[in-house]
Amino acid sequence: MEILMAILIGFLFASATYLLLSKSILRMIIGTGLLSHGAHLLILTMGGLKKGAVPLVNEEGVPVTDPLPQALILTAIVISFGVTALFLVLAYRSFQELGTDNMDELRGTDGNE
Amino acid sequence: MNNLVVLPIFVPLLTAVILMFFSKNVSLQRWVSVGASLLTVIVAVLLVRTVSIDGIQTLDIGSWPAPFGITLVSDMLSALLVLTTSVIGFAVILYSIYSIGIERERHFYYPIVQFLLVGVNGAFTTGDIFNLFVFFEVMLMASYVLLVLGGTKIQLRETIKYLTVNVISSSLFVIAIAYLYSIVGTLNMAHISQRIAEIENMPGILTVIAILFLIVFGLKGAIFPLYFWMPGSYYAPPIPVMALLGALLTKVGIYSIARTYSLFFYHDQSYTHELLLVLAVVTVLIGVVGSIAYWDVKKIIIYNIITAIGVILYGISIATTTSMTGSVYYLLHDMIIKAALFLLIGIIIKITGTSNLKKFHGLINDYPVLTWVYFIAAISLAGIPPFSGFVGKWLVIQGGMGSGEFLGSVIILITSLLVLYSVMKIFIHGFWGEKDQQFADKESVSYKKLLVPAIILVAISVLYGFGSEFVYPYVSQAVETLMNPEIYIEAVLKE
Repeated sequence: MEILMAILIGFLFASATYLLLSKSILRMIIGTGLLSHGAHLLILTMGGLKKGAVPLVNEEGVPVTDPLPQALILTAIVISFGVTALFLVLAYRSFQELGTDNMDELRGTDGNE
Repeated sequence: MNNLVVLPIFVPLLTAVILMFFSKNVSLQRWVSVGASLLTVIVAVLLVRTVSIDGIQTLDIGSWPAPFGITLVSDMLSALLVLTTSVIGFAVILYSIYSIGIERERHFYYPIVQFLLVGVNGAFTTGDIFNLFVFFEVMLMASYVLLVLGGTKIQLRETIKYLTVNVISSSLFVIAIAYLYSIVGTLNMAHISQRIAEIENMPGILTVIAILFLIVFGLKGAIFPLYFWMPGSYYAPPIPVMALLGALLTKVGIYSIARTYSLFFYHDQSYTHELLLVLAVVTVLIGVVGSIAYWDVKKIIIYNIITAIGVILYGISIATTTSMTGSVYYLLHDMIIKAALFLLIGIIIKITGTSNLKKFHGLINDYPVLTWVYFIAAISLAGIPPFSGFVGKWLVIQGGMGSGEFLGSVIILITSLLVLYSVMKIFIHGFWGEKDQQFADKESVSYKKLLVPAIILVAISVLYGFGSEFVYPYVSQAVETLMNPEIYIEAVLKE
């Protein structure tokens, strides 16, 4: 299972890098989304996939699965949704103001007075 | 157990929430935020006092004992940084009232500044690596909004770049935390330090994690190969925002490097600290080259941030008591003086209407007070004794010399002169000269009210320089914790 997860995470990171290197802002936003999903899956895998019982108090003394990675991912997902939403709004507004979503045309520091 | 620890986070948070409800009542917003930031300063002073008397203060949120729950830790370093942040926040809010413009004020400017303070104070106070990430995000979210607030073309353009860079670095932060968690199985910073110390053979993955953290915090702190986004992004927003971002955000990155490198990665210093040393020296050089190359007052000060970061990092990479003391001194000095300089050039830009140094001269004839305040700020920045930059830089260089790093120390010594040149360039070309130029009408530019917060900051910086004897016990207490992680671990885990 771990190997499968590693391959999946690697694939997500590769796609994210490819999309981030493209010129269109919309593709970059999708890229950042994939990147953060890869990072979340990485936390889940690193924290250990399901190996024991559910993390509730049990009398039998069976080992339980670490519940912490889920809590971490939940926080990280909320944050990444927030940032992605802000990014989408920003991209829309800047498309309206600047008339382009091509990063090539946003290059340089020209116009910094 | 002390609720005082959480107050520097809680007061701005509560203020921000309250202010959100009164977005159209601008005058109420102004005075509530000034009052709240004063309250934060008072709380921070009390915190520094408590920490200096009773040692490190901790607060386990929800009363879960240390390694299991979320812990807030206020040692001397974070208490001092929280105090400095609160003072800068107060001065910048005071400055914003007369300069930010009514439109921005109506669109939640003050609540967002308070949210930024929540993030910065939280990042300084937290004792939990994942919550460091969360507070970073709070701070970054506020900074995105502050950067783009106003919606001019240049702001939109630069915010897209800034946001992209920071989203990627946040993902890297999560990845680094994931790797660290897989090795040590805990998130509490004191507990992580303890677990790392227990590992017999240092596995190479710890070095990888150390470098990942360096990349993440280096992007926030703008060290050498990762500073590329900064000159453009910090140029775009209005002056008070620039002062907040320039003085606070980069320093949070530096604080995190100092914290993680002194608490987690101090066992095997051969690779990481060597790398840090080289990067620090190159950062100093890049900053100086930028600051003497540009003829734009904003750009000159922005590149001076990079130089200062290099000096602080140099002290951290040497990692002796002397150099660390120097770094902490310089860190506090730099936060205050950078904010003051940004506010001062803001006044210059308001008077002249341009930030191009070649387009104005002779300000001294009409604005003598501004001139001399700027002069004091400039020589403080360059570290002319006995002004505040001197003690820190002297200790950093002494520490470097003491451990045989002559080349780096000499470079820092020489670049101090170039820093002096870069700020004196503004003085010579902008302030000196004949009065043959008409500026905007003196009455229409209410620069005196803007000068007050700048003078407050410069005065604090001068007192900080002259009273370095008085400050020394506090700084040495901060450095003692940095140099001996056991003190921190013991205070948090209460063994």
